[in-house]
This record gives sequence, C-alpha cells and structure tokens, in this order.
Amino acid sequence: MDKNIRREIILDHYQNPVNRGLVNDNSYIYQNTRSESCIDNIDMQLKYEDGIIKDIVFDGEACAICTSATSILIKTLIGKSLNQAKTIIENYKNMINEKEYDEKLLEELIVYDEVYMQPNRKMCALLPSNAIDKILQIIDQKSKD
Amino acid sequence: MNRGDFPILNQDNMIYLDNSATTLKPKCVIDKMLDYYEKYTSNIHRGEYDNAIKSNKEYDEVRNLVREFINAKSSEEIIYTSGATEALNMVVFGFFKNILSTGDEVLTTKSEHASNILPWLVLKEQKNIQVNYIPLDDNYELTLENILKSITPKTKVISIAHISNVIGDIRDIEEIGKICKEKNIYFVVDAAQSVSHIPIDVEKSNVSFLAFSAHKMLGPTGVGILYGKKELLDNMKPLKYGGGMNQSFESDGEYILKETPTKFEAGTPPIAEVIGLGEAIKYVMTLGVDKIHEHEYKLKKYLVDELEKIPNVVVYNKNSKSGIVAFNIRGVFSQDTAIYFNHYNIAIRAGNHCAKMLKDNLNINNTCRISIYLYNTKEEIDKVIEILKNSQDIFKVVI
Repeated sequence: MDKNIRREIILDHYQNPVNRGLVNDNSYIYQNTRSESCIDNIDMQLKYEDGIIKDIVFDGEACAICTSATSILIKTLIGKSLNQAKTIIENYKNMINEKEYDEKLLEELIVYDEVYMQPNRKMCALLPSNAIDKILQIIDQKSKD
Repeated sequence: MNRGDFPILNQDNMIYLDNSATTLKPKCVIDKMLDYYEKYTSNIHRGEYDNAIKSNKEYDEVRNLVREFINAKSSEEIIYTSGATEALNMVVFGFFKNILSTGDEVLTTKSEHASNILPWLVLKEQKNIQVNYIPLDDNYELTLENILKSITPKTKVISIAHISNVIGDIRDIEEIGKICKEKNIYFVVDAAQSVSHIPIDVEKSNVSFLAFSAHKMLGPTGVGILYGKKELLDNMKPLKYGGGMNQSFESDGEYILKETPTKFEAGTPPIAEVIGLGEAIKYVMTLGVDKIHEHEYKLKKYLVDELEKIPNVVVYNKNSKSGIVAFNIRGVFSQDTAIYFNHYNIAIRAGNHCAKMLKDNLNINNTCRISIYLYNTKEEIDKVIEILKNSQDIFKVVI
C-alpha cells in the first residue's frame, strides 16, 4: 500500500474515530485495556446479539496508532459473527507479530502491515484487539453456561 | 558544562532531555565502579585481606561524603538503600507505622511521585490514619500559605518532594522545616529531583527524613540514600533482616541487632554502586550545585520564553524555577510527541510521570516532560524549539 494513503487512513481514524463515547446500556459487555509499557488506555463496550456483533463503542486516551487501530477494528468487526471476528483478530495479531496471515480477511486493518518495523508500537496496535479478545472470551463463556 | 566528561555524549548526536528519569554518567563514576570490579572485587565487613579492606574503606568513606553533601550531623544518619523508593517505604513502614494511630494526619500534595503517596495510602488502610492533600496554587505549585492553612491539630507528618517531578516547583524546605519544628510535625522530604540540582542542608531545614537516588545525580542505578535524624533512626525498625545487621541470634529465639545505620543494611549491599555514588558526589561538589542550578534554570527559562511564542504548544509550568518543562502540542497525544522527538534523536518523556493525582489539577492525564541538566546546551534547546515550530507535519513523522 502507498505510504501516503496508509498515513491518510490512519490519521483520519485517529482524528475522527468511529463510535467514540461509551453508552449506558447493560446489554453491552465492557472491557478496559491498557498497556504496561506505555500510556495508552482504552475502554471498550461490545453488543452481541443473535450471533452477530451489533455494535462496538470505545473511549479513552491513546496515541495515533492505538486510537486509529481501535476505530478501524470497530468498523471492521461490526456485523460479523463470533467466529468471523475471532478469525479476523487472529489474523490481525499475526500480521502485527510478523507471522503468516490472510490479508483478504483484514479489510482496512491492512494499513498496519508495517507496524512491526517499529517494535515499540506493536503494543499500541494490539491494545484494542486484546480488549475485543477478552470480550469474545466472555461471550464464549456465557454461551457455554 | 563539562560535556566531554560524559562518554555517551561523545558517541552520537543524541540530545538527552530526560534527566528527571535518570541522568547520564560521567567517566569518573564509570571508571570508579569498573575499578572495583577489575581490581579489588571483594565483600565488605570482616574481610582480613587487602582487597576486602580496600572495599570496606571505599564503601564506608561514602557515608561521610554524603553527610558532608547534605550537611547531616553525623555519618550514622546516612543509610544506604536501593533508591529513594525503598528509603521512603522504610520511613513509612519502619518508623511511622509504629508511631501513628487512628485519626493522625499526614499532609502531602497531589503532585507527588507515586513513591511518596502510595506507601502512605497503604499505611492509611493499615492504621486508619488520614492522608490529606495541601492544595496547589494556580501554577500547580505548593505555597507556604497553603501549607499553613492545611495544618490541623491532627497533623503529625508533612511528606513532600523538594522539587516536584512534573511541575518542577522548588519547595522552600527551610521555611517548611521551621513550621514543622514550631508545630512539632515530622518533616519527610523526597529529594529525588533536587539532589545535585539545588543545595540541600538537612540541619538547616529541620528535616526528619530525606530520601534520594544515586542514578538521578550522575551515579549508578540500584543505590540511594535515606537520611534520618539519629534519634528517629534509633527508633525505626528495619524492614529487612539478615547478614551484616545482627549482633547475635540464638536457638532460643533471642537476637540482638546492630546499631544505626548498620541495622538497616541487611545482606551484601551494592558495593560498586555505593562507591560510584561517592565519586558522583565528589564530581558534583567540585562543579558546585549552585552553578548546576543556575545553568539548568537559565536554559529552562530560555526554552519556556521561546515556547510561549509557538501558538500550538502549551506549557504547564512556566513559573517553576528548576530545569523541568511540562508541555503538550495542542491536539497531539503526548506519546506521539515523544515519538516525534525520538525521530530527531531527542530523548524526552511522555506520560503522567508517576504523579497520577496531578491530573485532578491539570485536567489532563498526560504531558511531555523535558528535564534539563548540566550537560545540556543552548544549541540543544534551539533544536527543540525548531522541531516544535515545525510540528505541523508531526503525523508524517509519527505514522
């Protein structure tokens, strides 16, 4: 991907992220995520209904990479099934961690395909996916109960 | 000043402005420690061979250097610790835990470092004491007036930093010490940011306890100092027990500890580091702490005056008299700003700087912090000003 286009997409999502602002609604599952090594701090809420991720919102303070990744991840995951979401997150993590991944699944998240070149920013990109991961585990657990 | 003494500054064009986090080390400190490792490695206490005798002598002499440096009455009032954090924990849990009781009040501020608040909050849980915060003024600084207003009949301790680590305001410990003496209040000073930046006189300031770390004053990591008045230290309990600090112990459970300061120094201490600290103190004393302060404040003032001309930069502490500048680029997360600086090989720090309560006053969680020391130059500050003037393109660099 062209460097300038990549930067434009990231910057746009940083400055105008989707779904910023938490909701007062018990049907959402809440998860905070923060980095041990830097100061990114994100709250996320996800609404899962009838086998589909209906909505995700977030709030918090984080750097350009972390905030934009949260926004793009939200945009990508809304409307997906639990299994689709898990596969996307797995591939996203693989991409950030320099493992094999299927870029066709990642949609706009592909803009982070070179984050690995700045190792200290990998955590920034991974932070929102860790929060979603935890929420998906909660959903899994609930369906087993 | 003295840039040639710092090997790290000779190897590349790095601009180091993170001195509140840790300082660079002059060659004499590095060499002094290397010397111990290469020529006379040995443990202290009871070694009857030449190298051990030399280690012991070098190690012990530092206590007296520290005494002279902060004007303590005797070298018995100087305890080697692992750093300011351990020193403050020793004071809270080894001394105040045994003398404070329900309702007693500890006064501190919201601009303190975690190591001077968290121990008190834990003690609050354990002993049901009160921990209250002296209000900061409009510049986020601590004033004598507000201290006087905050003191109540319950106030037993005032525990504050000499220089706060984000705002960088210098607290007048001499005057605060007078107030404490008059009102019979214990006075605890966290000198981590002030030692080797401004002069310290524990006697003149009537300080009960004072803590600092070597690595923030040109010395090595892993060692620090707790100063305490002798009569207080005699009543303080060690938090660590083991070799070197006991007279005797028997199978019936009887034990006798050594005297102050040895009873606080269980186990093999960081010998090379203590010796390195001694060298750092000699270095600073030769330069003159007043001269260091004059240099860093001059650069700070110059930087702040120039930053005020840049519309998209906001400075939070233009009035404080130390070498610390807390700022943000408007609309840019502080971490992104620090990454932008790193692109130009300039080391600064972003975050809450362990002063997590300060956000109540500043209304922002995170700032960028530039902290200046003796080896920084006007040319380096000019470079900072230049890249902040041209920060419109910051995201081209950061993303």
